[in-house]
Amino acid sequence: MEIVMAFVVGIIFMAATYLMLSKSLLRIIIGTGLLSHGTHLLVLTMGGLKNGAAPLLGEHAAQYNDPLPQALILTAIVIAFGVTSFFLVLAYRAYQELGTDNMDRLRGTKINE
Amino acid sequence: MSLLHLAIVSPLLLAVIIPIFSKSIRQIHTGWFVLPLPVVLFSYFLSFISTTSHQGTVYESFEWIPSLGINFAAKIDGLGLLFALLISGIGALVVLYSIYYLAKDKEQLGNFYVYLLLFMGAMLGVVLSDNLIVMYGFWELTSISSFLLIGYWYHREKSRYGAQKSMLITVFGGLAMLGGIILLYIMTGSFSISEIVAQSDIVLEHTLLIPAILCFLLGAFTKSAQFPFHIWLPDAMEAPTPVSAYLHSATMVKAGIYLVARMSPVFAESPVWLWLVGGFGIVTLFWGSFSAVKQTDLKSILAFSTVSQLGLIMSLLGVGAAALHYDGIDDNVFTVATTAAVFHLINHATFKGSLFMVVGIVDHETGTRDIRKLGGLMHLMPVTFTLAIIGAFSMAGLPPFNGFLSKEMFFTGMVNILKLDLFSLSTWGLLFPVLAWIASVFTFIYSMKLVFRTFTGKYKPEGLKKKPHEAPLGMLISPVVLGSLVIIFGLFPNILSHNLISPAMASILPSLLSPGDIFDVHIYFWHGPTPELFMTIGVVILGILLYLTLPKWEKAYHLLPEKLTLNKIYDRGLESIQSGSFKLTRFYMNGYIRTYLVYIFAFFILILGYTLYTKDAFVIDTTNVSSIGFYEIVLSLLIVVATITILFAKSRLTSIILLGAVGYTVALFFVVFRAPDLALTQLVIETVSVALFLLCFYHLPKFKKEESKIPFKLTNALISIGVGAIVTAIALSANSTKLFDSISQFYVDNTYIRAAGKNMVNVILVDFRGFDTLFEICVLAIASLGIFAMIKLRLTRGKEG
Amino acid sequence: MRTNDLILQTVTKVILFIILLFSIHLFFAGHYYPGGGFIGGLMTAGALVLLLLAFDMKTVANILPVNYRIMTAIGLLFSIGTGAGSLLFNVPFLTHAFNDVYLPILGKTSLHTAVLFDIGVYLVVIGVTMTIIQTIGEDE
Repeated sequence: MEIVMAFVVGIIFMAATYLMLSKSLLRIIIGTGLLSHGTHLLVLTMGGLKNGAAPLLGEHAAQYNDPLPQALILTAIVIAFGVTSFFLVLAYRAYQELGTDNMDRLRGTKINE
Repeated sequence: MSLLHLAIVSPLLLAVIIPIFSKSIRQIHTGWFVLPLPVVLFSYFLSFISTTSHQGTVYESFEWIPSLGINFAAKIDGLGLLFALLISGIGALVVLYSIYYLAKDKEQLGNFYVYLLLFMGAMLGVVLSDNLIVMYGFWELTSISSFLLIGYWYHREKSRYGAQKSMLITVFGGLAMLGGIILLYIMTGSFSISEIVAQSDIVLEHTLLIPAILCFLLGAFTKSAQFPFHIWLPDAMEAPTPVSAYLHSATMVKAGIYLVARMSPVFAESPVWLWLVGGFGIVTLFWGSFSAVKQTDLKSILAFSTVSQLGLIMSLLGVGAAALHYDGIDDNVFTVATTAAVFHLINHATFKGSLFMVVGIVDHETGTRDIRKLGGLMHLMPVTFTLAIIGAFSMAGLPPFNGFLSKEMFFTGMVNILKLDLFSLSTWGLLFPVLAWIASVFTFIYSMKLVFRTFTGKYKPEGLKKKPHEAPLGMLISPVVLGSLVIIFGLFPNILSHNLISPAMASILPSLLSPGDIFDVHIYFWHGPTPELFMTIGVVILGILLYLTLPKWEKAYHLLPEKLTLNKIYDRGLESIQSGSFKLTRFYMNGYIRTYLVYIFAFFILILGYTLYTKDAFVIDTTNVSSIGFYEIVLSLLIVVATITILFAKSRLTSIILLGAVGYTVALFFVVFRAPDLALTQLVIETVSVALFLLCFYHLPKFKKEESKIPFKLTNALISIGVGAIVTAIALSANSTKLFDSISQFYVDNTYIRAAGKNMVNVILVDFRGFDTLFEICVLAIASLGIFAMIKLRLTRGKEG
Repeated sequence: MRTNDLILQTVTKVILFIILLFSIHLFFAGHYYPGGGFIGGLMTAGALVLLLLAFDMKTVANILPVNYRIMTAIGLLFSIGTGAGSLLFNVPFLTHAFNDVYLPILGKTSLHTAVLFDIGVYLVVIGVTMTIIQTIGEDE
């Protein structure tokens, strides 16, 4: 299953990268969202899949799934939510102020001069 | 956590509460709520005198990061106690003074006292912690609070300039000191000052000795405004006068002195130390006093005078290191320099503190500090005038004030250095007494100028903004207390010698003492017709002559072209750094996010691909993989299809729904892979996110068809496929090669035993790795505040926007 | 967006309490079973979002006059306070303590300072989520 997941993750990364390289701010945001999904799956896969029971001692199993990647991913999910929403609002405000979401036209104003 | 620790952090704790007081109780000046704390601290620290005067120390410690050997160790010894008393004592006086200096209805008192308390706590931490890392933390906090206090009147451009300058210079020094701390750790394996002192032989033999000394001295010299780093101190005078009196003359700038004194037991035997500390000190003394004479602003005079006095103490500490080349303290003529250093440290705090307050009064009552506009205030402000006389005469080294005594001892120390036949001191060492003497002449001149230009001569009311009169009683209390101390210490210096000076010396020169021994310090008012006395008489005579002829030779100051002054060099350096880095950045930052992303992804592909290739890391090993179930295949297909479809989605809604689909599939994956917590979180988050996306996209424009050329799309496609391939390759190889044993078994084994929980994931989050979670919720909070700010706070955009 | 959505509103009134109770259950169960501060907080926030969808912003603000930014701050204080509290007992930052206590009605109950920390997390998560949703929603 890990092999299959490796390819699934690869495809998600590919799509995310493609979206992030596009010119529309919206696609970039969707791309980042996709990228975090891919990363979570990647980390989970790297910890080994289906090695044992869910990491709850109440299960009384001989083997448990690796709890550490899960803890890391839980943190990452929530952070990703925070960052994505920040990004969303940034895009929304930028559009309100500047009237475009095209990255070519959103190029920063000249600095210093 | 002991009472001592509580005492150190109490100002920080009070700083948390003070804004509430300043906001809710407006009719009482906030200073009154602050004042009790330094008073209590002062009396608390006084109670330690009996311990330290018998060479005892108090040591309290609690573990902070034990795995790295970092403990919050607090230690009271002679030196630390002396500084703690200065900080709390002068602090109390300054707070009292500030209550009258800052009007309660005009100033943002909350901010002011928060910064001041922040500084007080940080400074106590610096002088009382025994762990270098902890000390470093407090050290930087003093820089930051000083920055905030200098920039207190932030609407003035000069304040901001001065604040930035002091921050840049002192933080630069602080970083150098951090380097020195790490070097010391490499040499001794400890961050504890006491332990490092015990291993000073190892340090002195080590090849890293010189770099470590240089790093520490950079920290000390920048903080104590030694030449050529002194340029920040005059600009720091933009701070309110109580701050100048407190930070920039009595306490913070003495942190460098403290550091040198504290590290003396470690480094002082090295000749490099003696020459650097002594040499920079004496040059600073000379340059500071020389520059002070040409100033016309009262506070500038005091600033340069502070620079020069700090140089004086510094040079004494350097020269005092010579004592270490003798075995005992019997007839060791060099300890007198260290005695003088400690004594002058106290004296300087008293007379300079009172002078700053006097200048503050003059500024407050007349509206100007320019001595060209001032004059003849003697009859209008008799008390202030008397205080100025006391302070300035003590500074000039005239009897019967305390400055006279320490100045005499200073000369003794400088003359004695010639007797040491080491490190070519007997030849080049002559520079010390000569420079010391010349500097004293200049000191005399600017002291006289300070008093007589302000208070005597012609009264010029037309140049003043206000009608001057004597200051209110409350404003006079603090300078009067300091002024009386100047006289008391001048007439009865020996009340200090046994209680404060001798224990402090024991901390600076511990190796000279055998157990149970103490430094027998006795300060004499009259020591017969010695060379020092004649030096003082010479200073006075030449000083009076030069002061009277000042207008004639003042032009000499204009000989040095403006362009070559240190300030100009600093300004130009700062400008060229800015423009240089701007050019460098412009070279590769063209303002398109896409370009940056291309950089990132290209490097990602190249570096990882290269590593995989050269290390032969790419392996596929299918022995340990888990079985493939039916559901998993379905989910995999689902997620792949959804992902690919997003790429071709034509409308916003479709892509959001598809993204949601991917998210929910990920949640299902978590279910299949037995991660219940993740599945729950992902489900809820996905729901909230989709709602959020819909809310935002409702306002955003529709997808436009990407009007882009084929090459553009092709590059994107190539890079994306590269990223995908690399990630897959890494995933495959990482899964196939296990280089290390997993650390996860620890959590499986200890979740119940050590943390009494059964859900390992949650226990890791709140207990084993609680620090991560703490930071995570901080990040979340910051993100939400950012969003709030973006939407709610609409600053009116200027035309340039 | 003032649609008179009677069905949604009626259902919400019932469902809301179930979700809220479930979220609190999840929060306390966290130490032994799936759940914890993050999930509990998110679930509560989800319930509140449902409320916002069924009724409008103003009504909800009237029923629950909570300043979510202050809630975030209180949550942070809880977490940092729990961490710093361990310093008072001379142990490193964030060391937790636990014990079994016999309470009058509940019987044997294990008390754990990690719960205090988790309460902080719970409050921060609710505060953050609601701040975000509310500020965007109010901005018309």
